[in-house]
Amino acid sequence: MTLTLRINGEARNVTSDPDTPLIYVLRDELKLKGTKLGCGLEQCGACAVLVDGVSLPSCVSPAGTFEGREITTIEGIQAHETGRRVQAAFIAESAAQCGYCTAGLVVATTSLLDQNESPDHDAIVLALNPHLCRCGSHPRVLKAVIRAARP
Amino acid sequence: MSVAAYPLIADWVGTDGSRLVIRTGKVDIGQRISTALTQIAHEELAVPLDLIDVAPVRTGHAPDEGITSGSNSIEQSGHALRCAAATLRDRIIALAIARFGGDRGDWQIADGILHLPGINHRCGVIDLIDKIPADATVDPDVEFRSRLGPSPKPGMRGLADMVCGRFVYVHDLDFPGMLHARVIHPPQVNARLAELKTAAVGDLEGKGFRVVRDGSFLAIAGPHEWPVVQAALALANACVWDVGTGLPEGDVFLQLNPKNAQRFEVIDGIPQIGAVPDRLVKPDISARYERSYQMHAALGPSAALAKWDGQKLTVHSHSQGIYPLRDSIADSLSLDPAQVEITHTPGSGCYGHNGADDAAFEAALIAMSLPNCPILLKWSREDEHGWEPYAPAMAVELAARIAEGRITAYSVEVFSDTHRGRPRPGANRAGPAKLLANRFRAAAVPPHPAQPNMGRHAGMHRNLDPIYAFPDKRLIKNLVTGMAHRTSAMRTLGAAANIFALESFLDEIACQNGADRLEFRRTHLTDPLALAVLDELGRRIDRRPDLAESAGRGMAYAQYKNQMTRVGVCVDVEVNDRAEVRLGHAIIVADAGRVIDAEGLSAQLEGGLIQAASWALHEEVTWDRDGVTSRNWESYPVIRFDNIPTIDIAILDRPDAPSLGAGEASSGPVVAAIANAIFDAVGIRMRRIPFTPDAIRKAAAMDEADCGSTPSV
Repeated sequence: MTLTLRINGEARNVTSDPDTPLIYVLRDELKLKGTKLGCGLEQCGACAVLVDGVSLPSCVSPAGTFEGREITTIEGIQAHETGRRVQAAFIAESAAQCGYCTAGLVVATTSLLDQNESPDHDAIVLALNPHLCRCGSHPRVLKAVIRAARP
Repeated sequence: MSVAAYPLIADWVGTDGSRLVIRTGKVDIGQRISTALTQIAHEELAVPLDLIDVAPVRTGHAPDEGITSGSNSIEQSGHALRCAAATLRDRIIALAIARFGGDRGDWQIADGILHLPGINHRCGVIDLIDKIPADATVDPDVEFRSRLGPSPKPGMRGLADMVCGRFVYVHDLDFPGMLHARVIHPPQVNARLAELKTAAVGDLEGKGFRVVRDGSFLAIAGPHEWPVVQAALALANACVWDVGTGLPEGDVFLQLNPKNAQRFEVIDGIPQIGAVPDRLVKPDISARYERSYQMHAALGPSAALAKWDGQKLTVHSHSQGIYPLRDSIADSLSLDPAQVEITHTPGSGCYGHNGADDAAFEAALIAMSLPNCPILLKWSREDEHGWEPYAPAMAVELAARIAEGRITAYSVEVFSDTHRGRPRPGANRAGPAKLLANRFRAAAVPPHPAQPNMGRHAGMHRNLDPIYAFPDKRLIKNLVTGMAHRTSAMRTLGAAANIFALESFLDEIACQNGADRLEFRRTHLTDPLALAVLDELGRRIDRRPDLAESAGRGMAYAQYKNQMTRVGVCVDVEVNDRAEVRLGHAIIVADAGRVIDAEGLSAQLEGGLIQAASWALHEEVTWDRDGVTSRNWESYPVIRFDNIPTIDIAILDRPDAPSLGAGEASSGPVVAAIANAIFDAVGIRMRRIPFTPDAIRKAAAMDEADCGSTPSV
């Protein structure tokens, strides 16, 4: 049984069991290793991907439930105008230390700015609060989001 | 000293023919040491930053610089590299003079080119370096190039790859024939595997999984990751554990007392063998401060890749100490250290000794059972929270006598289990004894009782010696061993608790005496650089708008290890009606000597602040008889984006001074500043970390019982 997923603009046939959480299909079968597993419990945000433009964790939901939806991983963010702006802003603000949370945060910020191009502080916090960072890069991430937003 | 052990220029810096290559034994764990080292080489040799690489940090190749810890990397590896690069600059200029003439002062070095103005001689720095003999030695007294102008801001190495998802962590390694692995850890450390149901194992093996067992060490491997995760659950269900005595449930803070302790007087930062002096007689004030067990709680669980080919064990690990780990693994497996090669491969930020080394050894154990298969072992979130070595619970007891608004006598006793749990070779197989899996193997190597760390400003007595000029000091270290949990080094070791205690205590004394809190600290300081930090902090506080009625402001000062970066901190907080502490604005003033990477320095100070705020407000390991109960981010909450202060950072750059370690400098004062701000806001003195809403309500109730006053929360 194969499953067809639309990932980063391409249809990909995958052989993993459809009950496999999406992240294992991305990383293990498709070798898209930019998405990071932090907890497998939807508690830390490291594994976020865009699903029809919305940032969602990929560590629990079965891959089969993503059929027919447009998945964008960190590897595909560059093809996305907002995503490129977010990446440039993270670089400009040095908004990472170890970088393990960074992919998830770039994805979440891209999703936020696609839906609200000039978010206020509360909207930014709401979007980023599901994401943990243990290095304490939060102040720089917040600056990067503001830098990437439309004034 | 790194240069003494590795005296050759080529030990530290060379070329691959077209690019400059830096060699270091210190590993980049997100603290930007590779960025700083690149900047140092660039400053001394004027090779463009994009032509400089850092060689992989691998045993047998990299200089052995022990462990990347203690904020030492800039002062050790950074200094060694600067000496080597500056010596190299002198050597290549001498070479150019010998060939083309000119005087030393005439040759200019810029953009990777040595150039003699007026004459059309231009030599590539990298070409000249290749002509320096391989046995040329570092001149430790060489003169460094002085820096003019603003502090440098080199771009962070790896950042562009991180934001694109291309940065490779050990978790991402992928080799042909690789098997994913999981370890089935016991429910708690005193449990042993009594029975493994053979039918279940046979079933899993029939499906192609490989089961590895050595005593109570149990693991499973297979070609695809998710099936292995599920198979690990099935294997866990096939285990019958003898739970033994379970985890001790006694009150750890009661255990932290002199009767259970090995006691040492600390003089000049060094513990002394012998009788400890008597208690301070009739102190005017005394208080006890405590910190709960806390964890590193890396965002990415620990992982490692290992392969055994019958002769050589190859390991990729995010350990902070690849050489000590190599020797400890070799001893555990009865291999010659030369048969074990460990390459540092990034993991997520670790902040000390987390599960990295244990995962590396576990991967090695599995690999030894499955020769010629690369084994990628990943810990689960539960594994990481449950099995990493924790930061020990601590208590700090302070007493002082006061006369005319000054402290005239000062006593401090610190109580803690060990902060030194890293695997390192030593007597009686000390290395193997500190690798977790060795406790569970059939030929078990049990843990050693912790020995007192007698190093200067080390372990629990880091920052025990107050940086203030108190005339009569009594400093006592109390090592209490055999407590509930395995413990080891976490960012700042004992310094965070010691600074929290001292800086809270000073606040209490200043408040009781009606003194200005900044001025009270100034009165007891003699170091002009410390005073400069506090002066700048004061100026910045003065520029802040007045606090809201419900808000409070706290401050603290410390110099990490009494010899590294000086940091003054001010934090504004509000305590809301749910007794939650909301962080407002924070100010950090720091003096780290010569600044190498201003952005990286700021990032470390900020990150240290945020992590310390998380310790202060949230973090506490919990457990019961059956095991650790804080096994995920709900049961071990940490700070999130909804409580991040705005931060104003001032760095007092001193380009002519040596560069000082800064990675741990802000955390201690931040914890204290938050406690002091809570007191300023609501009049409640928090004396045990973390300051959770429950803890604040309890402290308020105790204050009410003590004084009959009405607490604000």
